[in-house]
Amino acid sequence: MNITEDVVKNVAKLARLAVSEEDAQKLAPELSEIISYAQQLQEVDLTDVPPTSHSLSLVNVMRPDIPSAGLTREEALKNAPDSDGAEIRVPAVLDV
Amino acid sequence: MSTQATFETVIGLEVHVELKTETKIFCGCKTTFGAPPNTNVCPVCLGHPGALPVLNRQAVDLAVKAAMALNCHINHDSKFDRKNYFYPDLPKGYQISQYDKPIGEHGFIEIEVGGETKRIGITRVHLEDDAGKSSHAADGTHTLVDYNRTGVPLIEIVSEPDIRSPEEARLYLEGIKAIMQYCDISDVRMEEGSLRCDANISLRPAGQKEFGQKTELKNMNSFRNVQRGLEYEVIRQTEVLSSGGEVSQETRRFDEASQTTVLMRTKEEAHDYRYFPDPDLVWLKIDFAWLDRLRESLPELPAAKRRRFITELGLPPYDAGVLTSDLALANYFEGVVKAGAEPKPASNWIMGDLLAYLNSSGQTIAQSPIPPGQLAGLLAEVANQTISGKQAKDVFQLMCGSGKDAKTVIKEQGLEQISDESALLPIIDEVIANNEKSVADYLNGKEKALGALVGQTMKATKGQANPGLVNKLLIKRLKERS
Repeated sequence: MNITEDVVKNVAKLARLAVSEEDAQKLAPELSEIISYAQQLQEVDLTDVPPTSHSLSLVNVMRPDIPSAGLTREEALKNAPDSDGAEIRVPAVLDV
Repeated sequence: MSTQATFETVIGLEVHVELKTETKIFCGCKTTFGAPPNTNVCPVCLGHPGALPVLNRQAVDLAVKAAMALNCHINHDSKFDRKNYFYPDLPKGYQISQYDKPIGEHGFIEIEVGGETKRIGITRVHLEDDAGKSSHAADGTHTLVDYNRTGVPLIEIVSEPDIRSPEEARLYLEGIKAIMQYCDISDVRMEEGSLRCDANISLRPAGQKEFGQKTELKNMNSFRNVQRGLEYEVIRQTEVLSSGGEVSQETRRFDEASQTTVLMRTKEEAHDYRYFPDPDLVWLKIDFAWLDRLRESLPELPAAKRRRFITELGLPPYDAGVLTSDLALANYFEGVVKAGAEPKPASNWIMGDLLAYLNSSGQTIAQSPIPPGQLAGLLAEVANQTISGKQAKDVFQLMCGSGKDAKTVIKEQGLEQISDESALLPIIDEVIANNEKSVADYLNGKEKALGALVGQTMKATKGQANPGLVNKLLIKRLKERS
């Protein structure tokens, strides 16, 4: 599969990664190679293999609706670059 | 405008409902509304690396109940997917939602519009986690984020584009709200954000099959504003199309101050969510035993209750619709009937005097100063003619103010209607004796003269005599004289 520079740039934009023109030029063939390598799996005959979307065969892992202690506000705000002591402060965002 | 009639309105609604659980959908943090900012948070809902989500069983129960009540087909195998986007109120960098295997699909609800029942299709009902709450500084310098709401369980209810007018949209929403309330799935308080609504609206030339270009409408924080926002869009899009223009695919926001909609973003900025199955969560298998247990826990739903009020209690459809629109109201009405009142008078009093009183004092039916049994007591006093219907309205107001029952108020006010013949006859005889002219007039064929005699009797009893009985007794006595 051919990963073009445009694909690299779009994925980088969606993931909010700063990828320069130079990076994109370099990454496109490298990623194409990786994808092509993994693509060999497409040759395996899967006629009798049921489809799966999870590697574990577990189902219904659930918990009861009972409160448990979380973090204190001080702990919660510790990793935030900025806060007003109660809420995390981020650069202004447009109204949703 | 005459051109308006040539377009048909097509509306689909996306409704988000916060589920009434103690804890969040994937962690044990409390869901209490209005807690101090960032006090109901933990590594899971804050999206700390390595923290693993575990599904809240109660959230699944409520979502399945909701889907059942909305007549959906329940998927026995359901799974969770990541919806990727970056926003400060979403600390994980993705929302956990359901993409291709939602809890329920292909449902419907029925609304009553213009005296007819109309079915609105429900495309799907799926589970997801809520985002945090952002508040934007007035000077535009920064945004503050509170993550208490992050991870609160939500269901999203997506309707088919079956809605044909802003009014139908409001009726649909009222229907959804009532069902959620009856099943105790959510608080459904739009002002607290436990019920939210986005709308897709487009117009098409009447008779055309293909849908027109749609716009998405957000930020409508009351049922009335949903209707108003959509009404404004109908006018705006009609004008665009009538003048030969094209409606562009965009997201607009309802502005309460101007009662209009304003542009938020265009399609160029549309999201690419890159859904994929969440590897941290395993499949959800809902078997028949689980479904049966939940089906048994479903209460009588609004539509069924409405039908029962019409067929069994003989209420007009309008009354039944109003009374079943709210569970507490329906329960109140049934309480009054159970305490012995006739259904129609009970309905009249609740929809009339009681709701008027509650509305004017800003109270809900649950806060009614008159319990159902006491309203039934008041109605009984009217039914047995102790007081007239007109007096009952005064007694009602006094009951609201004092919390006393009807009997006590009537006694205190000396309002008992005199319906006892032996008590009335001596008074009537006295009136006849003292009003010879009127008596003579009446006996000479002037029937109007009877009115004067009734008036005298009422005056003598300070208005407490039963007028019908006074009439009857007077005629009887006068006939004896002729």
